[in-house]
Amino acid sequence: MGRLLEVDNLEIKFALRFGDLTAINGVSFTLDKGERLGLVGESGAGKSVTGFAIINLISKPGYISGGRILFQGRDLTKMSYEGVRQIRGDRISMIFQDPMMTLNPVLTVGTQMIETLLAHRNMTVRDAEAVSIEKLKKVQISSPEQRLKQYPHEFSGGMRQRIVIAIALLTGPELIIADEPTTALDVTIQAEIMDLLLGLCESENMGLILITHDLAVVSQVTEKIAVMYAGKIVESGPTERIINDPLHPYTRGLINALPEVAEPGTRLNQIPGMMPTLTSIPKGCSFHPRCDYRLDVCETEDPEFIYLENNKRRVSCHYWKNK
Amino acid sequence: MFAFIVKRVVQSIFVMIVIAFIGFCIKHQIGDPVRDIVGISVSAEEREALREELGLNDPFMIQFGRFLKNAAQGDLGLSYFFKKPALEVILAKAPATIELVLVSSLFIIIFSIPAGIFAAIRPRHWFSRFMMGTSIVGVSIPVFLTAILLIFVFSVELNWLPSYGRGETVNIGGWQTGFLTIDGLIHLILPGIALSSIMLPLFIRLIRSEMMEVLETDYIKYAWAKGLKPGRIWLLHAFKNTLLPVITVGGVQLGIMIAYTILTETVFQWQGMGFMFLEAVERSDTSLLVAYMVFVGVLFVVVNTVVDIIYGLVNPMVRITGRK
Repeated sequence: MGRLLEVDNLEIKFALRFGDLTAINGVSFTLDKGERLGLVGESGAGKSVTGFAIINLISKPGYISGGRILFQGRDLTKMSYEGVRQIRGDRISMIFQDPMMTLNPVLTVGTQMIETLLAHRNMTVRDAEAVSIEKLKKVQISSPEQRLKQYPHEFSGGMRQRIVIAIALLTGPELIIADEPTTALDVTIQAEIMDLLLGLCESENMGLILITHDLAVVSQVTEKIAVMYAGKIVESGPTERIINDPLHPYTRGLINALPEVAEPGTRLNQIPGMMPTLTSIPKGCSFHPRCDYRLDVCETEDPEFIYLENNKRRVSCHYWKNK
Repeated sequence: MFAFIVKRVVQSIFVMIVIAFIGFCIKHQIGDPVRDIVGISVSAEEREALREELGLNDPFMIQFGRFLKNAAQGDLGLSYFFKKPALEVILAKAPATIELVLVSSLFIIIFSIPAGIFAAIRPRHWFSRFMMGTSIVGVSIPVFLTAILLIFVFSVELNWLPSYGRGETVNIGGWQTGFLTIDGLIHLILPGIALSSIMLPLFIRLIRSEMMEVLETDYIKYAWAKGLKPGRIWLLHAFKNTLLPVITVGGVQLGIMIAYTILTETVFQWQGMGFMFLEAVERSDTSLLVAYMVFVGVLFVVVNTVVDIIYGLVNPMVRITGRK
């Protein structure tokens, strides 16, 4: 298994009038070929920004201020604009959160599929159409020939997300970055789409970075988990280990908050307090104001990673260091 | 398509009746046709007889009904001054105005689209800032002042372009056109610029702000994520969506431009409907005024219908040409 992606000490800042704000602070993770990683955390943790940073698509005024993103050995942060453009949509595909908003309303589905192929391959429109039809079949859309001529508004939300997945498959990418791909869908459709995505990743041997707040989904789909809090990874490791034996208090809080964990008829568990905003990240461990295990040192010192279980797991928490 | 046409025709009829009513009220209240028709030497009895004969003593609604009936048959009354059917007078003047509006619209389309797109893509570029600044000036200066300034610079000082009239025209089936002679085209330049001076900056700003909004949407971000070339994203993905609100507003503005022709034509002595309108006001030629109102009303309705059809062609969610 070769190394597909290596994000090393990534730092992202937002240039604002009164100075730069650090949104992502020293995020590192790796992904092997065909491996699936879940990036988990509450809203505002920096999961999406990290995902978009990989294909260099952070919205202004954000910018990558440090670190490396090695994709198949090449550093995307140092590549020319044209170099990155050739990789995005070709070797790395993205799936967005809300399928109602991702497809252009005034262009046919066919146009939006074919243009993706033509942007990366030297092929005729007719051939591109044939590939599009083949991929639509893969995501189980019936009569794809007619579907190509239709506009997005003629499809339901679940169907549109299938089309977005089909677009992601067009070029046979090595990596798919899916940013909350099922959050905007009905619960019944969520499972269908997730199954489809998982099946395709396995059969095409594609890597997947699944950005989500939903630990239940991640536990079924991914092999690794990285939990993010306030622009940092606080814990990462094999999915099975993290779900069954979470170490970081924040991960524990997230798992406890799952509806499945709560006793029927009682209130759901929640992590008290809120994720700090970028302007007010606390000193020391950024989670300490919400933490039940807090020690004195948490308020002053930023915890280092502790590596466990043959270096397959890491957690940054003073509580576990002292244990 | 058929349902759309029926709907639009019914709407138009309603709009035209309202316009006709307002116009007729004005005609009813202002001026006395009998005084316009006969001289001072006619006695009061004869005037009263003529009044009875013309039906001017009938109740208001009966007169209005008669006016509507005639109007529906294309008879908008006699122009007192020209002693000809008002519609005939207007139709003779209409080509000049329509050509002027066409040229101005062309100026607006040719310049506002590239300028608006550029300003949206590069909002911090010095040229975008320059355009935004000058466009405020452009919107603020009244049309007649722009027209006078243009004449002063390009006709009086530089002596490059003619300052009044339509120049040499060619008659094609009753349509006096200035499009076919070089002289006619040269004469169109200054009035065309003057007429577009308010709408052009307005359109640049409109396209810019709409496009900047579109560029922030998810589907544009997704288009970037698909690795499309920037040109395709800006000119197809973003611009096609920008067009929708621009067409809606643009259609109305095109109609308003007909109103501005009154000022432009007067300054440039342009022998069109706007010039004729001001003359008719001075001569209190009420029949002609009402006929002008009705005619411009029809023009408005036609323009808006065309705009709606174009809108339907761009926006797949509004299919006026019945599919399936």
